[in-house]
Amino acid sequence: MFLQLIMSGLSFGSLYALIALAMVIIYKTSEVPNFGQGEMAMISTFVAYTLLVTYQYSYAVSFVGALLFAAVLGVFLEFVFLRRAKDPNVLSLILITLGFEMVLYGLASWKWGADQRDLPFPVSDFDTVSLGPAVVSYLNIATLLITLVLMFFLFLFFKYTKVGIAMKATQQNAMAARINGIRTNRILSITWAMSSLIGAVAGILLAPIATLDPNLMLDPLLKGFSSAVLGGMTTLVGAALGGYILGIIENLFGGYVSLEFKSIVAFGIIVLVLCFKPSGLFARHYVRKV
Amino acid sequence: MTALLEIKNIETFYRLIYALRGVSLTVEEGTITAILGNNGAGKSTILKTVMGLLDDQPDKGTIEFMGKRIDGKDPEVIVRMGISYVPEGREVFEELSVRENLLMGAYIRRDRDGIRKDFEKIYSYFPVLKERSDQWAGTLSGGEQQMLAIGRALMNRPKLLFLDEPSLGLSPLLVKAIFNIISKINEEGVTILLVEQNARMALNISHVGLILENGRFVMKGKSEDLMRDRDVQEFYMGVRSEESAKGYQRWKRKKRWR
Repeated sequence: MFLQLIMSGLSFGSLYALIALAMVIIYKTSEVPNFGQGEMAMISTFVAYTLLVTYQYSYAVSFVGALLFAAVLGVFLEFVFLRRAKDPNVLSLILITLGFEMVLYGLASWKWGADQRDLPFPVSDFDTVSLGPAVVSYLNIATLLITLVLMFFLFLFFKYTKVGIAMKATQQNAMAARINGIRTNRILSITWAMSSLIGAVAGILLAPIATLDPNLMLDPLLKGFSSAVLGGMTTLVGAALGGYILGIIENLFGGYVSLEFKSIVAFGIIVLVLCFKPSGLFARHYVRKV
Repeated sequence: MTALLEIKNIETFYRLIYALRGVSLTVEEGTITAILGNNGAGKSTILKTVMGLLDDQPDKGTIEFMGKRIDGKDPEVIVRMGISYVPEGREVFEELSVRENLLMGAYIRRDRDGIRKDFEKIYSYFPVLKERSDQWAGTLSGGEQQMLAIGRALMNRPKLLFLDEPSLGLSPLLVKAIFNIISKINEEGVTILLVEQNARMALNISHVGLILENGRFVMKGKSEDLMRDRDVQEFYMGVRSEESAKGYQRWKRKKRWR
């Protein structure tokens, strides 16, 4: 029972971790929690659905197409809405993200309707393997593996590529980045593309478990955001760990205490973290010397 | 000698504050030019204006670098033309390692071998950076951060290097070391425009000095001449003139250029 709960917790945790990563990447660069993240992922998942079911493309083509769409969508939203903000402060930027969240939600409802659909997926949610006493579906394993691989690539990207380091540099000191010739606007676009893409991966992995409708990401987004707050909004590793911790705690709570109140756990955690360690569990932020 | 940078009559505003009131300046190739002045005279503003860091500034006037107009261009473009800027207060990337900081200095370059060679060169100027190459820049001391900031600017192989108060907050010994390196960099062919409050050190290593007051230049001359000038000595180098020979009446020196 315990191991079983941990395993499915890890699988959900991966999804939370992906959403948390997507939010943190944007938060670090634009200093705004992007509340449109969920709907961006939802729309991208719908694009995958349309390519797959309506146009009958193969899995590879549909998923890659959806991810490309996600990247373009991210760049578009940043370029068209956020960059136009005059003298932006954090609050107005948050309102902008909430604004396009609603616009995207409306668009999805108008284009695809509120019907609940199933996104076909190459890996089955019903075939299972036994890992000791725990029974895990192939989909759970695939989710976990894909997430870990993605995180590994993110790690390599931020550690070894010039663009990745430039992205970190821009996050830390935009003025200094500019005087070194880094085109910060371009970095911002790349950031949004990456974040949107990671969110879309979460959406596509989530849709086969959940049902695909415009509310797909409503709950996962809040959980992902909680994970980010739990781990620390300023650290990628922390956000990812926060996702896994939240997934596991939530599942254990659901299994041993109360299934009905499972969703409350995330918000309880946010409140506790903000009371006791507001920068997040894993924030290892360098404090500027004065 | 040819003029590398030619600033003609620029005027810069911070919203309503009239910061530069018509500043003209020529930086000759191969020299160190020092701009001296009090707090708030507008020294740093000149550099920021030239780098394009102030939106929509300069309000008036032109800036030419190697014969090309650069006023109104973005810093990203200006850096690519060959000007590097060491900002006041260092502004290193605190949560990147020293090595990554230097790598960012070479962001606009593509030649891997050249970059590797320049790493060695910077490490030979500042051996301490090599020791700390994997440490976060934010954990360095102020002097080391200043060295890193200069090293980072050099990684871009600039033709013209702007230094904004390199002595700020450093011990006298470190200031000396940094200024030695600055003259060495200049001898290797980099033209330098230096903004300083530490007039003595700046005039010691520079060829030409200018004095800025309230957004206008009030004096220009060879550095040796400026150092001998009694006004400069009294108001910028802290040399006190003798009190009046009459004994009871104390005369205060008045700036001649006002």
